Amino acid sequence: MTAVDTAPPTAAPDDAAARLAAARSGLRVDRRRRRVRTSVVTSVLAVVAVALVVTALMLGDFPLAFRQVVDVLTGGGDDIARLVVVEFRGPRLVLAVLVGVALGVSGALFQSVLANPLASPDIIGVSQGASAAAVAALLLGGLTGLALSASALAGGLAVGLFLYAVAWRGGLAGHRFVLSGIGVAYACASVIGYVLTRSDVQEAQAALLWMTGSVAQADWPLVRLLGSTLAVLLPLVALVARPLQVLLLGDQQARALGLRPELVRAVVLGLGIALACAATAAAGPVAFVAFTAAPVARRLVGDGGLALVPSALVGLVLVLGADVVAQHVLPADMGVPVGVVTGAIGGPYLIWLMATLRARPA
Amino acid sequence: MATTAPSTPAAAHGAGDRPAPARADHRRLALALVLVVLALVAVTVASLAWGARQVDPGEVWRALVDPVAGNNDHSVVRNERVPRTLIGLVAGLALGASGALMQGVTRNPIADPGLLGVNAGASLAVLVAIAGLGISTTSGYVWFAFLGAAVAAVVVYGAAQVGWEGATPVKLALVGAAFTATATSVTTVILLTDRRALNEYRFWQVGSLSNRPLDVLVTLLPFVGVGLLLALASGRVLNALALGDDVARGLGQDVARGRALVVLAVVLLCGSAVSLVGPIAFVGLVVPHLARAVVGPDYRAIVLLSALLGPVLLLVADVVGRVVARPGEIEAGLVVAVVGAPVLVYLVRRSRTVAA
Repeated sequence: MTAVDTAPPTAAPDDAAARLAAARSGLRVDRRRRRVRTSVVTSVLAVVAVALVVTALMLGDFPLAFRQVVDVLTGGGDDIARLVVVEFRGPRLVLAVLVGVALGVSGALFQSVLANPLASPDIIGVSQGASAAAVAALLLGGLTGLALSASALAGGLAVGLFLYAVAWRGGLAGHRFVLSGIGVAYACASVIGYVLTRSDVQEAQAALLWMTGSVAQADWPLVRLLGSTLAVLLPLVALVARPLQVLLLGDQQARALGLRPELVRAVVLGLGIALACAATAAAGPVAFVAFTAAPVARRLVGDGGLALVPSALVGLVLVLGADVVAQHVLPADMGVPVGVVTGAIGGPYLIWLMATLRARPA
Repeated sequence: MATTAPSTPAAAHGAGDRPAPARADHRRLALALVLVVLALVAVTVASLAWGARQVDPGEVWRALVDPVAGNNDHSVVRNERVPRTLIGLVAGLALGASGALMQGVTRNPIADPGLLGVNAGASLAVLVAIAGLGISTTSGYVWFAFLGAAVAAVVVYGAAQVGWEGATPVKLALVGAAFTATATSVTTVILLTDRRALNEYRFWQVGSLSNRPLDVLVTLLPFVGVGLLLALASGRVLNALALGDDVARGLGQDVARGRALVVLAVVLLCGSAVSLVGPIAFVGLVVPHLARAVVGPDYRAIVLLSALLGPVLLLVADVVGRVVARPGEIEAGLVVAVVGAPVLVYLVRRSRTVAA
């Protein structure tokens, strides 16, 4: 553009070689620094997650010592401690962990493949579809338990399929998907509003409770169901992680590298929808987890990558931490569902993170 | 773009050496404006003439020009249909314009006017008024809603402004969504613990044009007026911002100041709208897409057309809600998404690319 930019070719050859070497080593250092930072962030998140797991198992009406919890987790412990950990606290804990991971990964997939920080399943219709179906099933059909979960799953998947049908035109176009999704989200919200204002206020409150998202209803069959679903979905996510990373470079570059962008996008979005639907069916649309996990993880890691594992860990820490707060910090008789606390903790944290960030977010 | 010489398109200004901001085709814009104004007149007439109670068109006219005291038809038209039509016009205008501004300033096609936390802040403030202070009239809610909206926008804009690079579009969107989540959490706690408050709040929350006293409209009119002037003046800024912050700076725009003025306009308009009719955000989301499909990417045209299309959509939704559920009615806030979502999906399917 200017004369200064085109100056280097006139410099002496050995000077240029030295500069190239310096640039290479600088790149290497930079790359190493990033890798170190990613693993530090991931390890810290993992440590926090383990600490939260142990804390969640210790606290409750029948407090356990740290030693007792560790004993049970390593296969020992007395009968009472084992009963408390495995039967009373286990299901709720594992459900919180699974829901956090599923929503965190789902949000990260959505936001990266659609290249829009607002495009998470709780904004573009999947959660609203699940909620509309569940609220209708709850208030009009009187369903509970697994039947309620099944209707939520059906609602979310129906929205997902509809969005595919609308956005598909010889491939999946991101902007069509996002915009149709938000239209569907508002339409579903209208259905929810209609049902809520036409029902008894007590029933409306029950529906509101479901829509906030809660892990209090956990039992082992539900946990096993969600666990086996994730055991299928998460390996598939790991398989598409690399193509997705390439896709972030842009459609043309991805095509040049031998990928079919439309196909990758379709598969990634399918996985994101499936994860969000599974988590929502089990625990309700736990607010803000899918939206916030990836932005937080990416700003902590700061290398411009996908950050799927950190996102999963942020989701886990958020849901589990929120559930610990909901159960043990807030008054027990309030029975606050976890979805209230995820928003109340995650919202201010994201604001604080954005306000204090020094480096350019990648 | 030159309005003359249509035979040589893009010959002279095809390859400029700097990116040119978008310009609207004047003839197309004029035609669109005429059609939208006609549609606006039509829905206004429909809103006065149709409702749960069947009133003869001649009787509607007499009610407006020569009312007879004690005539039930006349009192329905004058005391119910006229206020809700006027409120629909003003709220729709505010929502349409602020939606266009919001999508422009965040460069995000799925931004709605409530994105800065305006609707969530207003909702929380109204709920505090219901649960904490026992206020239960629509005119009592208004100032709480407006105050909540203003506080929310100040917090969001302030938090996005500090830190690296100031209030970038991504930061505005993320901080706004984060504030919304926080305020919604508090709202949910109150609703789950206070059944009486839930019972009143759920009806305010869906958004409706009915039973809004006219004096509320009069007090909010100055805010809408200032907001609208700012909105119409900010088209140039938005056109520059659409090219990216750096290019906008290169074109001589004061990016930070321009963005602050746009945000101020959004708060005045969307804050007034949510105070008047409740948190109806969808009008502001869908209408700019319709405007963009008609007049192209020039924000001066998009803002103007969105401001006129907003009341058309809102009043259509209100009239449909009155007619389909006779003798009861369905709130405009519920109908608007059901009417608007197919329009949005159609536009999206039709378009090749969406100018974000």
